Amino acid sequence: MNNSKNNNFKDKTILLSHGDGGIKTGELINNLVIKYFGNNILNKLEDSAVISNNLHEKIAYTTDSFTVKPVFFPGGNIGKLSICGTINDLAAAGATPVVLSMGLIIEEGFEVKYLEKLFESALEVLKETNTNIVTGDTKVVEKNSVDKIFINTSGIGFIKKKINISPLNIKPGDKILINGSIAEHGLAVLSSRPEFNFKTNIISDCAPLSSLVNEIMDVSDKIHALRDATRGGIATVLLEMSDKSKTNMVIYEDKIPIKKEVTGLCEFLGLDPLYIANEGKIIVFVDAADADKVLDAMKKNKYGKDSCVIGEVTQKSSLNTVLFKTKIGTNRILDKFYSEQLPRIC
Amino acid sequence: MQNNTVYNINLLLKEINEIARHLPYINIMEVCGTHTMSIGKNGLRQVLPQNVNLISGPGCPVCVTSVSDIDNITELAENHNNYIFSFGDMLKVPGSKSSLYKKRSEGSNIKICYSPADALDFAQKNPENNVIFIAIGFETTAPLTALLIKKAFEMQISNFYIYNTHKIVPPALKFLLNSKNGNNINAFLCPGHVCAVIGSKPFEFISKIYNKPAVISGFSADDILNSVLMILRQLKEGKPATEIQYKRVVKEDGNPVAVNYINEIFDINDSLWRGIGNIEKSGLVLKDKFKNFDAKITFSLKDNNAKDPRYCSCGDILQGTKKPFECKLFGKLCKPDNPVGPCMVSSEGTCAAYFKYEKYTS
Repeated sequence: MNNSKNNNFKDKTILLSHGDGGIKTGELINNLVIKYFGNNILNKLEDSAVISNNLHEKIAYTTDSFTVKPVFFPGGNIGKLSICGTINDLAAAGATPVVLSMGLIIEEGFEVKYLEKLFESALEVLKETNTNIVTGDTKVVEKNSVDKIFINTSGIGFIKKKINISPLNIKPGDKILINGSIAEHGLAVLSSRPEFNFKTNIISDCAPLSSLVNEIMDVSDKIHALRDATRGGIATVLLEMSDKSKTNMVIYEDKIPIKKEVTGLCEFLGLDPLYIANEGKIIVFVDAADADKVLDAMKKNKYGKDSCVIGEVTQKSSLNTVLFKTKIGTNRILDKFYSEQLPRIC
Repeated sequence: MQNNTVYNINLLLKEINEIARHLPYINIMEVCGTHTMSIGKNGLRQVLPQNVNLISGPGCPVCVTSVSDIDNITELAENHNNYIFSFGDMLKVPGSKSSLYKKRSEGSNIKICYSPADALDFAQKNPENNVIFIAIGFETTAPLTALLIKKAFEMQISNFYIYNTHKIVPPALKFLLNSKNGNNINAFLCPGHVCAVIGSKPFEFISKIYNKPAVISGFSADDILNSVLMILRQLKEGKPATEIQYKRVVKEDGNPVAVNYINEIFDINDSLWRGIGNIEKSGLVLKDKFKNFDAKITFSLKDNNAKDPRYCSCGDILQGTKKPFECKLFGKLCKPDNPVGPCMVSSEGTCAAYFKYEKYTS
């Protein structure tokens, strides 16, 4: 690689934190990836690339790699996750997912019965979302070259011409909605690791959200932006959205749905649930006038029963701050996190 | 439920404000990183009266681990026959040359563990490797290490070691009270978890000898505000005492079983606190019978004289004489992704807490 190109990238080796979705990941993407591959579409760094030409519909295109450890965890496995992740990236662009690719990198010795289990789970999601895998690739590598199995999926979806979902559309007054309780995926994965010696009942929220997104877009044409709150949790997503839309936002601690057990475990481990990954949660920015009907539609979907409004967009601002109102009425400004809370959760 | 809590807190704040109006400026030192985090996270400084100042003490075990110890630990990691088991917080703490995090990306065998027992299990399964557990923490984690050593001794596991940095809290508070800044500390919020193990009695010297309030506090916003109120009431009445607010967890005598484990395995000795220096009788060392498990002895590691980085104010911050904002490096050269001093590294470090929760309110 041409060294002269990466002089903005300070680190000499790739650290785990370059993959955690925080500040370091941003540095890697902005100072290396964009430097080499940057273009008008990639530079938007949205969940899916939206490609538009003279077709009736726009095309959303996305890709994601999955390296979760362990491969099976409460509420899902890497097979299910690899489909949900890509479906949700497409849904967050306002697209209806159509076809997916699947690339497998498998460690020699991985048991076929487990591979089939992963495929079964993946197939269930494909059926539910009315999508198919239409192309793929398989590589097998020597023992210890990967940890059991890594999966990459790409997906294509179509967006109706009139739909325009983008952080750039976020406006002051917009309500911020979420489709249920947070931080369950990250903790479910963590607590299923063998080195984690105590049991919890937390299960991953891993789920495909394309039906929910379709249903809310059917009831409102004032949905401004969507984002699935995966790596880095809802805090990271809100900060990104605030940054891209040049707005300030406020969210309320007492309105954010969070299960008691999740709060307890986070306190015990010193983790902040706002920064823990979800795999079935989407943040919706909608014009205040349509917030109630969108909320109703979300609640009717099986993945949105506990949906609620967690905050609002307050004003245009180049400061891009997300204010967190605590239960006791004090204020805190959310910040990007600077190092991995938990490695390899997706 | 939530309404009740807010209701209570409003009442609490009302009484705190009423009492504080008749008091001079007071500094209350919290001596537990979890308190520091909770104060920042809940924005408690925003609701306390201006003359009630919360300052952080040496309550984060990662922060007070000496540079020399970090250097020794990274040296151990350089030998690829060694497997280092550590709590995650220790990884990024910079020594004078490197950190475990850097060593890991360079190929050293460093495993993050949530339970020290993992290290012993690994040692049993991999007898050809040396397994070294970085034993760190105050009285809260010392019983776990003690139990581990007891097990390793009984099972005669010869490839298992600890790099021991265990410290105990009360002598450090005594040291601070005797220091030139001692008069500026008006009261202590004592560490709830530590007291769950050793009870409240070891902290009674604060009120009995130094005539200052000491309240053993829980960790929620409600707990901490209640503890502050208890301190203010004591000051108002002029009757300093050592009281327990965190009664649902802390008993006066603590947990005698856990204390017995500590006493069975460890002796008390002097210990080097980062940024502060040597504090008499503030460290735990393995008793002679268990010296074989001490990595520092087995691998002939010596203390070096490595100093904290230039301009780093961690020492002052750990003693409550400076706030993070007063450090030249804070938020500029020293950030969580590139920490200069230990207080910025640990998730419970004072600088990390201020950076994460309060840097915009400075």
